[in-house]
Amino acid sequence: MSMNKKTKLRKFHQAKWDEPIIFELGEKGERGIQMPVVEKAIEAEIGDGISKLPTSIVRKRPPALPEIGQMQVLKHYLRMSQENLGADLNVDIGQGTCTMKYNPKINEQFAASHQFADLHPLQDESTIQGMLEIMYKTEHFLKEISGLDAFTFQPGGGSQAILGMATIVEKYHEAKGERGKRDEIITTIFSHPSDYAAAAVKGYKIINIYQDENGIPDLAALKAAVSDRTAALFITNPEDTGIYNPKIAKFVKIVHEAGGLCGYDQANANGILGITRAKEANFDLTFFNLHKTFSSPHGSGGPACGALGVTNELARFLPVPVVRFDGETYSLDYGLPDSIGKIRCFYGSMSAVLKAYAWMMSLGDEGLKEVARIAVLNNNYLLKKILQIRGTSAPYAEGKHRIEQVRFSWEDLEKETGVSTFDVTCRMADFGFHMWSSHHPFVISEPFTIEPTESYSKNELDEYVAGLQQVSDEAYETPEIVKTAPHNSVIHRPKDDTLEDPLKWAMTWRAYLKKCALGQRKRI
Amino acid sequence: MGGRVGLKGTDGPVTLESAILMGARPESPERAIRAMKRLGSLKDKIQVITCPGDMGENPARNCGFDPMVIDFSAPGRTTAAHTIMGAAAMLDQKVDLLLFAGGDGTARDIYQAVKDRLVVLGVPTGVKMHSAVFGYNPERTGDLALLYLQDKAKHLKTAEVMDIDERALSSGQVNANLYGYLTIPFAKGHVQGLKSSSPESEQYLQQAIAADVIKNMEDNVFYIICPGTTTARIMERLNLDYTLVGVDLVRDKKLVAKDLSEKQILDAIEGREAKIVVTPIGGQGCLFGRGNQQLSPKVIRTVGRQNIVVVATRQKITSLRGTPLFVDSGDPGINRMLSGYFQVITGYQVRAAYRVVC
Repeated sequence: MSMNKKTKLRKFHQAKWDEPIIFELGEKGERGIQMPVVEKAIEAEIGDGISKLPTSIVRKRPPALPEIGQMQVLKHYLRMSQENLGADLNVDIGQGTCTMKYNPKINEQFAASHQFADLHPLQDESTIQGMLEIMYKTEHFLKEISGLDAFTFQPGGGSQAILGMATIVEKYHEAKGERGKRDEIITTIFSHPSDYAAAAVKGYKIINIYQDENGIPDLAALKAAVSDRTAALFITNPEDTGIYNPKIAKFVKIVHEAGGLCGYDQANANGILGITRAKEANFDLTFFNLHKTFSSPHGSGGPACGALGVTNELARFLPVPVVRFDGETYSLDYGLPDSIGKIRCFYGSMSAVLKAYAWMMSLGDEGLKEVARIAVLNNNYLLKKILQIRGTSAPYAEGKHRIEQVRFSWEDLEKETGVSTFDVTCRMADFGFHMWSSHHPFVISEPFTIEPTESYSKNELDEYVAGLQQVSDEAYETPEIVKTAPHNSVIHRPKDDTLEDPLKWAMTWRAYLKKCALGQRKRI
Repeated sequence: MGGRVGLKGTDGPVTLESAILMGARPESPERAIRAMKRLGSLKDKIQVITCPGDMGENPARNCGFDPMVIDFSAPGRTTAAHTIMGAAAMLDQKVDLLLFAGGDGTARDIYQAVKDRLVVLGVPTGVKMHSAVFGYNPERTGDLALLYLQDKAKHLKTAEVMDIDERALSSGQVNANLYGYLTIPFAKGHVQGLKSSSPESEQYLQQAIAADVIKNMEDNVFYIICPGTTTARIMERLNLDYTLVGVDLVRDKKLVAKDLSEKQILDAIEGREAKIVVTPIGGQGCLFGRGNQQLSPKVIRTVGRQNIVVVATRQKITSLRGTPLFVDSGDPGINRMLSGYFQVITGYQVRAAYRVVC
């Protein structure tokens, strides 16, 4: 039964500090920083710095910030850092769809260097030629990789890039006099949820296409869904199942024939870099996540950048400014009269662009293809190993290779032992592994999504598989161990009713206090 | 008890007789014991009230409980009437939880007696279990009952009571009908069915669907609101009275009539524009022909395909596992007319292009 047991699991025990949140630390009047006395010359110039401010922007009472000393702040955050499984600490492949890969530390040093960190977005163009060159050349690389004609780096992540796509789609149809008429955007159930959500934010009606028996979006459903109300198709390929839709060009053709545009969500590009391109499938728009595929740190470890690309026909709608090069000088061009305007202030997350540029320069074109090949190889190695574990399955496309990730299921395990994906995620933390109980929209029962990328070694992949094997064995032999996990980790078992009921959420300290005051939740 | 001898259940005295002649043995007591054993930790904390003999007393004593036995005569073989009497007695006793063992037939009997006035939970022991009122297996049913009685499973859920017509089934036809709804405790992983989200998240989606339907309601058009909890949210949001298992009629956001028959619907909409708002039955995906027979082929033809509004939560669509919705209206022509893709409303301004077959 245990075909993956050769790899020994490490003995892991996480630090547990029972650390309050920072608002609950410190005492009134405690200070982290004593501001220096203003120099006479400055005081002579600006006075006390406050009394000359317009009264409308002067606070009536001080902000309710924590009052705490520097040393206590340092300890607080170090303790917090020991209570999570950071990307540089654990084998992060259980965070499928997030393309967790190595973020080279030298690129972090570039971003932290004073040559970059001291730049100000309001500097004169003549003084930031180096940064403009990096933006221009990174755009050129992405044009080559996608086949599309122009990019912007303004979106602060994938979801904002999709919002940008939806805004360009709206502007395009407005220019054709069809804005009110075309009010529907089509997407697929295994595309990224933001394809649906960001388009909805723009006020579009959403039509979801479900998968057929092979796990690819139902082409007949698309034909039934398109109409003269179709504004666009937003689609991921490969989808979050890791299955590549070989009919993608047909999908694009059907939507084009109905008068809609097609936006390619390339959040899952890691397995197809240099292999397929948006251009050859005739897409009009696309975006890449520099913070995932191009090695800049992901999400909260970011900052993120959704590089949004379009064809020449749509280039006039891009946010401003765009970078131009006349053969000698780089410049910022604000002169796009049909621009959708700003998506974000200034030019976007330049540190993400810098890191992505450095990463691409270090790999070259063949290196980028090698990234894709290894990511696919790693994924299919894991597919085979994980399917040897009792209780797992990989719905759809049985016996076929996947691209860069697989949405697996613990449904059999759950039926046979009562141990759910959530239980498994809790138990995996006992071995120092992060795994999440992916994934919206839960079409696959008891899902978990594994994406090994190109970064992890075979030994690490084997170690992760050994963890899954151990948990499966326990589920069948001593399920209570799994159901009461974690035992060696600090994570808790959050209750579903808390996670799924917005009335009980508190995204900020202030929201928490407000909900407590309103009696919507108890003060802990 | 008929499953192991190849019968599809034992509802009705003739079928029961056949089962016994074929050597079938009742499975309920043994499975009920497996469920009740999970309540062992509450032995000194709860009072078990039950029916005589194998209807509850014997399994309860077997698990070490000292039950209070309701006094009614049930010598020899028990029938549906006994179940109904027993359930009614539990209602009188105002029990916290009515734990019953059986299949769809028993669930129907319980429903007949208690409707939504008690919290119930079924230990799956029957052959047919299309209803959503059962635990996954006896042990997990017992676990859920334990959580509920300990006040750890605080959520209640309205669950479908379904049953297949056994006479039709014995001649090869599968006709599962919706009979009503029972109130059950809910905790993830304990109850049968593929709905993976909590009652909260499904309720939010139902509210979103209702908001969408109401936003698009046109003046002077009759809206035929079909049975189901999803459609019920529309009526609640409009602040209108409704029948959960019947068909109601709305115009200009006001209730025109409740619980209509086919004829009453036809009389009301004759010569008027009308739309049907219908939700498929969870788990099986039937759109017309199960539990909404008032929506006859004649009604559907009168309203027209383009005026059928299909609503379903994403959980309900997911529970179909990719199988299409289906219609069984009784008229092949209408079935063909309804086949193809519908844009199912699954949220506010959200649709799923989903296939319907016949």
